Amino acid sequence: MTISIRNTWVITKRELGGYFASPVAYVFIVIFLVLTGFFTFSEQLGGFFLRDEASLNSFFSWHPWIYLFLVPAVGMRLWSEERRQGTLELLFTMPISTTQAILGKFLAGWAFLVIALVLTFPTVLTVRYLGEPDMGVIFTGYLGSVMLAGSYLSISCMTSALTRNQVISFILSAALCFFLILAGWQPVTDLLVEWAPKYLMSIISSFSVVTHFFSFRRGVIDSLDVVFFLSLIGFCLFTTSVILRSLRTN
Amino acid sequence: MIKVNNLTKAFGPKLAVNDVSFTVERGEILGFLGPNGSGKSTTMRMITGFFPPTKGKITVGGYDVLESPIQIKKLIGYLPENAPAYPDMTVRSFLTFSAQIRGLSGSKLRKAVDRVLELCFLDSVAHQSIDTLSKGYRHRTCFAQSIIHDPDVLILDEPTDGLDPNQKHEVRGIIRRMGEKKVIIFSTHILEEVEEVCSRAIIVDRGRIVADGIPEDLKLRAPGAGSVLLKLRDANVAEVKEKLQQIKTVDSVLVLEDEFTLSLRIKAKYPAPGGDLALSVSQAATDAGWRLEELHTESGRLDEVFRTITQSETAQEKAA
Repeated sequence: MTISIRNTWVITKRELGGYFASPVAYVFIVIFLVLTGFFTFSEQLGGFFLRDEASLNSFFSWHPWIYLFLVPAVGMRLWSEERRQGTLELLFTMPISTTQAILGKFLAGWAFLVIALVLTFPTVLTVRYLGEPDMGVIFTGYLGSVMLAGSYLSISCMTSALTRNQVISFILSAALCFFLILAGWQPVTDLLVEWAPKYLMSIISSFSVVTHFFSFRRGVIDSLDVVFFLSLIGFCLFTTSVILRSLRTN
Repeated sequence: MIKVNNLTKAFGPKLAVNDVSFTVERGEILGFLGPNGSGKSTTMRMITGFFPPTKGKITVGGYDVLESPIQIKKLIGYLPENAPAYPDMTVRSFLTFSAQIRGLSGSKLRKAVDRVLELCFLDSVAHQSIDTLSKGYRHRTCFAQSIIHDPDVLILDEPTDGLDPNQKHEVRGIIRRMGEKKVIIFSTHILEEVEEVCSRAIIVDRGRIVADGIPEDLKLRAPGAGSVLLKLRDANVAEVKEKLQQIKTVDSVLVLEDEFTLSLRIKAKYPAPGGDLALSVSQAATDAGWRLEELHTESGRLDEVFRTITQSETAQEKAA
């Protein structure tokens, strides 16, 4: 057990170092912060000041959309780069298991996203300065956002194992994530409700990350939502291992 | 140490490796030869546990490659073809990473990294990032990675590819020194390398082993191996030919040149590595009082053997 944790940690450390060794990390963080700031405070979009409430609702409501483009950009290189550089062969002839390698790389990407998210703390300070927000709700909001980022990242991890081309990997995972948003996005559910039976609609929208993210934003940690995100991550990482195994057998 | 039994690997309908069996013991340096696409790399990838075999069994140090892959990977150091490495890391951090994943830490880790940096002449580029390195340095970085944990088994896929002649010489030296205590399998296209380094050579062609033996024995399979080349001054062709044909071990005598000097190739009936035929010829020359200019035994060249074996197989296939 300790050895597997150690191996996973070595992989995570290397991968995380890889992000910061290239300009990708800094470009990503800057763009992420600019976008979240813009969407939160813009009058037409987030309307932070117009809402006249001490909450980060306008901040979190845009996260599924911002992540849609930014998380695949972080995850697209995870495996496709290993395949392109040939380092996949190196990694899988070292004494570590596939699970440790996948988990290590995934956790590195996730940690990176969490670092970017932590850097949005000035928004929290702003709302604290202006009013008296419920810090519990803000905390669960952040927790939900971390879950959301993790599930997008696991999808990117899966699509990047499929191809050695990062662009294809990016587009595939953005498309999949987009589906997970659409399934529960109000304009779509409004459309569905006109012809689909109620149970079908609730099945479709239960696949949506938006629905599950929403209760976090309201300050509720529902075990069902946590289970949803974690099992989505688990499923995608398991699929990644299946893809990587089939690469090596054929 | 390494046992390979009836190993087969199929990619779709194509058999990349077809029923290959061999064993390698500690202290052996096995050269793996073959044309491109003959299944060398695929065989090595199966031994290192990167590809699972379609059929057959591989054991390394008593462990089965399918049952205990992690144990086997601990024993093996592997340099893949094209020497991949993480381009965004520095040489030192890459080697540190490889050492950590091999379970080294603390002062042991630092010592191991320093040792391979020195051994592979990488000190001067230790803090440079790998994507700025020239091909030779990158190659040696990946080689350094393969020996960082001082493995019992070393599997090297074209270890001298892309190196300049000096670096090639250095790497061969390292391989030879390490081969005394380890098992080494390496593939190459360069045949002098096999003679210089290997204690044994296997030639594969289209997934099958077509020759297996020590380089000296393999060389005898060359068309001209064991023949004697003779050059004489002012000699009579007919007389010389007749005298030579009287020697029992002579198979045929071929006149190569008959002008100022007479040069002949004398083919032996039973090619052998020694100089027996040359001795008999020199005896005949002394007896007849010929003016001898040159006399030497052709040892046969490995690249001729390689060409004969791999091409004749191709020809047979086409005929069939």
